[in-house]
Amino acid sequence: MWSFFHKLGSPPWLYGISGSILRWLLPLTLLALVTGLVWGLLFTAPDFRQGNSYRIIYIHVPAAVVALAGYYVMAIAGAINLIWKMKMADVAMKAAAPIGAALTFIALLTGAIWGKPTWGTWWVWDARITSMLILLFLYLGVVALYEAYDNKEAAGKACAVLSLVGTVNIPIIYKSVDWWYSLHQPASIKFTGESSIDPSMLYPLLLMITAFYALFTCCLLMNMRAELLQREARTNWVRKLALAGGRG
Amino acid sequence: MHPVRKQRLILVLFVVLFSSAAIGLVVYALRGNINLFFPPAEVAAGKAPVGQPIRVGGMVVDGSVQRSSDSLAVRFEITDFEASVPVIYEGILPDLFDEGQGAVASGVLDASGVLQATEVLAKHDENYMPPEVADALEKSGYDHKGNAK
Repeated sequence: MWSFFHKLGSPPWLYGISGSILRWLLPLTLLALVTGLVWGLLFTAPDFRQGNSYRIIYIHVPAAVVALAGYYVMAIAGAINLIWKMKMADVAMKAAAPIGAALTFIALLTGAIWGKPTWGTWWVWDARITSMLILLFLYLGVVALYEAYDNKEAAGKACAVLSLVGTVNIPIIYKSVDWWYSLHQPASIKFTGESSIDPSMLYPLLLMITAFYALFTCCLLMNMRAELLQREARTNWVRKLALAGGRG
Repeated sequence: MHPVRKQRLILVLFVVLFSSAAIGLVVYALRGNINLFFPPAEVAAGKAPVGQPIRVGGMVVDGSVQRSSDSLAVRFEITDFEASVPVIYEGILPDLFDEGQGAVASGVLDASGVLQATEVLAKHDENYMPPEVADALEKSGYDHKGNAK
């Protein structure tokens, strides 16, 4: 048990294991993304009121769900770095921020594109949309704050505190449509009780959500590997790796 | 656990709990302002300001939509099944605007209690289904929310 945690703190071991995970996870992710998109966009029935425009759900919902989950990954990695001074947790936190920002941006953009034909407006300052915009600023804030420091240890600490304070936004985003009157509709997928989305539309959506989780994991591992190589550029294991032609 | 790490763990938990409590209080204090619109019941109770831009949201009353024959003017009522607010609007309505569906109108409430709207948005609900399923539900006497008619 403990030896696993000690290994997790070792850059060459993490670089190696993430490489072998990516070798099978990356093709599997791409397969799931393509299958989910083709299924959702071409082989499901149109919605009885929205017609074909509802199909943006297959990008919008997975991006938003993983953007929220990714924030917890970033904040928990930040907390582990603060408490146990684990360098690899700092690498994970820094790697998660730009991916989360991209996913949040995709969710906001697809929401605006769907909102124009459905609601009649691109943007409205309701609780769900505004709190999602705050999430984008939190992610971008972590990216910017990290770069603002020359001392990487101080940068890691400051970003970890910012991420931890920002976690309060996640339940607010999730519950905003239930707590306040908003234009955004409540959740269609319910953990308890029957979902208010037809099963024929739900299954490709669940596949897309799984695929986006896998995509987040792949991007996180790839970002972490790039960051590891940069940080450890002067060490023996990276030199050996470079001499071997990058196969590790 | 090492005492120094335990201390840092407590500090981290404190930061999370303290900021959650602080932001929770702010959100609680602003709860009225975070709502995007007033429900018609609050308008009827006189809680919505008259002569100031507000939004009113709810369901468009069945059979209440009256269109003008020579302009884009339209008149309808928005209800939350407790009270209803008449709305006057001139302009293009969103495609999904319909009787018995959700809508949010923004405008100014005049002295007679009519909302002079400058913008009407359609509010979509959380139900997604293929047209055949909706037809089947309709035939069996249920609406799209699964409630008996």
